[in-house]
Amino acid sequence: MAVTEKYVGRSVLRKEDPELITGQARYTDNLTVPGMAWMAMIRSPFAHARLKRIDTSKAAAMPGVVGVFTGADLESEWGGPLPFVWPITEDIKVPVHWPLTTDKARFEGDGVAVVVAETRAQAEDAAEAVAVDWEVLPVVTDLEEAAKDDVVIHEDLGTNVVVHWSHGGGGDQSIFDTADVVVRERYVGPRLIPNAIEPRACLAQPVPAMGEFTLFSATQIPHIARVTLGGTCNIPESKLRVVAPDVGGGFGSKLNVYAEEALCLALSRRLQRPIKWVETRSENFVATIHGRGVIHDVELAATSEGKILGIRVEELADMGAYYQLLTPGIPELGGWVYMGPYDMQAYWYEFTGVVTNATPTDAYRGAGRPEATYVIERAVDALARKLGKDPAEVRRISFVPKFLEARTAISGLNVDSGNYEETFDKALELAGYSDVRAEQERRRASGDVRQLGIGLSSYIEMCGLAPSNILGALRYAAGGWDACTVQCLPDGKVVLKIGTSPHGQGHVTTWSQVAADTLGVSPDDIEVFHGDTSVAPLGMDTYGSRSVSVGATALHFALEKIKDKARTLAAHELEVAEEDLDFEGGTFTVRGAPDKARTITDLAVSAWHAHALPAGFEPNLEATAVWDPPNFTWPGGTHVCVVEVDTQTGGTDIVKYVAVDDCGTVINPMIVEGQVHGGVAQGIAEALFEEAMYDDQGNLMTGTLTQYLVPAASEMPSFVVDRTETPSTTNPLGVKGIGEAGTIAAPPAVVNAVIDAVSHLGVTHIEKPVSPERVWRAIRAAGGGAT
Amino acid sequence: MIPAPFEYERVASVEDAIQVLSGTPDAKIIAGGHSLLPLMRLRLSRPALLVDIGRIDELRYVREDGDVVAIGALTRHHDVANSGVLQQHCPIVSYTASLIGDPQVRHVGTIGGSVSHSDPASDMPTILVALGAELVIAGAGGARRTVAAADFFTGLFEPDLATNEVLTEIRVPKTAGRGWSYLKFNRRAQDWALVGVAALAPNGAGASIALTNMSDRPMRASGVEEALAGGADPATAAERAPEGTRPASDAFASSEYRQELAKVLVRRAIEEATGR
Repeated sequence: MAVTEKYVGRSVLRKEDPELITGQARYTDNLTVPGMAWMAMIRSPFAHARLKRIDTSKAAAMPGVVGVFTGADLESEWGGPLPFVWPITEDIKVPVHWPLTTDKARFEGDGVAVVVAETRAQAEDAAEAVAVDWEVLPVVTDLEEAAKDDVVIHEDLGTNVVVHWSHGGGGDQSIFDTADVVVRERYVGPRLIPNAIEPRACLAQPVPAMGEFTLFSATQIPHIARVTLGGTCNIPESKLRVVAPDVGGGFGSKLNVYAEEALCLALSRRLQRPIKWVETRSENFVATIHGRGVIHDVELAATSEGKILGIRVEELADMGAYYQLLTPGIPELGGWVYMGPYDMQAYWYEFTGVVTNATPTDAYRGAGRPEATYVIERAVDALARKLGKDPAEVRRISFVPKFLEARTAISGLNVDSGNYEETFDKALELAGYSDVRAEQERRRASGDVRQLGIGLSSYIEMCGLAPSNILGALRYAAGGWDACTVQCLPDGKVVLKIGTSPHGQGHVTTWSQVAADTLGVSPDDIEVFHGDTSVAPLGMDTYGSRSVSVGATALHFALEKIKDKARTLAAHELEVAEEDLDFEGGTFTVRGAPDKARTITDLAVSAWHAHALPAGFEPNLEATAVWDPPNFTWPGGTHVCVVEVDTQTGGTDIVKYVAVDDCGTVINPMIVEGQVHGGVAQGIAEALFEEAMYDDQGNLMTGTLTQYLVPAASEMPSFVVDRTETPSTTNPLGVKGIGEAGTIAAPPAVVNAVIDAVSHLGVTHIEKPVSPERVWRAIRAAGGGAT
Repeated sequence: MIPAPFEYERVASVEDAIQVLSGTPDAKIIAGGHSLLPLMRLRLSRPALLVDIGRIDELRYVREDGDVVAIGALTRHHDVANSGVLQQHCPIVSYTASLIGDPQVRHVGTIGGSVSHSDPASDMPTILVALGAELVIAGAGGARRTVAAADFFTGLFEPDLATNEVLTEIRVPKTAGRGWSYLKFNRRAQDWALVGVAALAPNGAGASIALTNMSDRPMRASGVEEALAGGADPATAAERAPEGTRPASDAFASSEYRQELAKVLVRRAIEEATGR
């Protein structure tokens, strides 16, 4: 039945939620297959130690143990090391990274052996019984210390300084010599540890007779895992199916290919049995990638009025002990957006990547762009303080004016569209900016123990990864296209098979809304299949806020093809010319004779039985489109955070948080707001709570959820969320992406607010996370504050 | 994730528990399990036998007993927090129970388990020390002894409790009408205190001030109490809060910061207690 109602732009309830909230979702750990055995990892307890001897005999004799395997035992399984696909410079030094290390451990958690046993408990018991002789080596986890090469982590590379990448600069660099003011700052961004609610998990199931394998994995990237793991494990891509079942959060940590996936595959071949591994939370802390881990030196040049003229940034970035899938590409990605939404005349960015005795770093929600946004937005506030100006005014006079056609930014990339001042004005209005400033003045004047601070953060981000030719120019190994197949079935239902792969984003609902509007059906008539390389073989998966701008655009073009094909068939059946047909709400009508009509469903039936098709018409109403975006998409916005700081304890409470984002056209406002809520919460976590800390032996001191402070709902304020809609010029839907915006915008908004609350006491800088003790020390160092 | 292998026995009475404990070296009592199970899952604790006393329902009560309120050791934090008897006669106990962990912890964890665990970062031990509460302990052969809270906590995770003894009851004096305060400073609502301060306003016996997480056990801030007894104002008295403390320096806070926090919180707690 044709439906004329429109769904895009409405908060359609998520089709995914009934199964999620009734416990019927199917996560990898829910899967049990006949003959399955469990794998447990033996990991190094030392951050740097030579592997002298591994005695597996006691473990091998334990109940239920199928086998114990060291790196040496499995050497013949590998077609190559674990995948690293972004060698960003010609002279980059690439550490060799095997699924199990055979010479030495280079971080706490580095895998050295595995146990396979009949049950998980037996595997964990036996793993404890594997005796490893270690020669403990000097450790370096500090970035600047590592760069001195007193301890070299990969002897064959000869140095810990493995990569240097320079943007090359844009505009007139002499501005930094001639500007009225140049603010110079240094910011340290600690490592963050992603904590998806579902930890990693995988299950490799072989079909020995056929040499085929299915890998179920809690991954964001089944397609990329398929091609890369095929290489590592010596399995032809055509013989490997990768399935991402329901996945409980990723945040970039599952945009990766890990040792355990390769090990399960190899062991399933060696033992000819399905092999399953589920990460413990403790393992998640050491063996899943970390994010951030950076030191920035920034110079911001401006006029004495506060008009920003240029930015120059040098970054030191912690690679960790090895590269994971993309590691050095993350700072590079950020290297294009340090200008923020400001109209600048000069730009410089370069970074140096250093290996350390710590967990590898890689993409974590925002991936380079939170780092960049933090630097520019902190520096803008520092500039305003230096000039004695309102930080809102400095931003306002420096924005790129509204533009609705693509415009080249100072970093050299084309920005699709932007309207920064409008989102900014809206955010300030919702925050009651001038009222809060007045209240701040009152509290300052009265010497209130609880001081008020206001923090602003205006940002842009490059999303919609990515035009394949640009990825090629950046030396990334893969493309950035995506694909969708639409099948209109004779029963009136529609199947979408799409190459993106969700882990909580609500894709099923969003894609259903897009397709429903074109085809004139209800979203409930649409089934979405994804996250399985056999069902949707073409795809580039989900990361970098790309699913809507690349995936849904592929869907859009597949729907266009369906419309074209259906029009041909409708014209044939109604015996009119195609151009005499109108199409609305899924129904073709003959212009001037509206009773002569065919719905998409009518046409799906006749295309399926194929009894009377026009000459040359392929049976079935089905189409596939592959779309390679011509540009990135560029969301932007302004967040305002208002905090109360207790000047005696250093404690911070967020009393108001306003997020006004512009992610282009919005398909489902509720889902967009959900992404903003989650992203902002994660950004607040970065600003106030989360920090990976190592002791001087390289032991992770924050290796549980007790020590690593992931905040809960109690620590969050209510969010005021609003938006403007400036359509992207990159795709016909006008969509930009929203998955990372909150995480990008929030950290500087919060830190700026805390510093603002105590700046009248002489505080100009506090490192993040701005813990109560750091705030208290900053106040004390500035000589202010009462106790 | 999975504990090391262990034996498990559920007992129906305190006497049975003591008998089983007496016969097995390396046995541990489990009640709510909220302190023990995480340690076992990390394999930091490996008892040979768990003696589950969680079904001994007669240890679950809150009742008046003359000048005291008696709390059964297996009373869950949630029930302590919501006890009308405590809210009326000893509100510092019910209020503090509402700050422990999160709702899931409070619905399963027990006051006796928390006290027996003797973690200096826990809130309830500090309250018991501030109140001068008494703990009733059952031992072999029907023995019963009563220990003052101040003597029960002898060190980090070291209660005055033999391996074959069971804490059965917590007896807190009624404080009706006495001003009180418990200030818990932490980063997240669900966390243990970085520093906690309990204050009971003077009621003839003088103010009582006790500190959480400022030593290897809950402790009275005697210097502060002494200063208050001598007529010092709260701010002046609070300056003596660090006396005798030995707070840890760890990933969460330095000992120096904890001592400063103690001063601020002691002053605020005294002000709140005397104003309530």
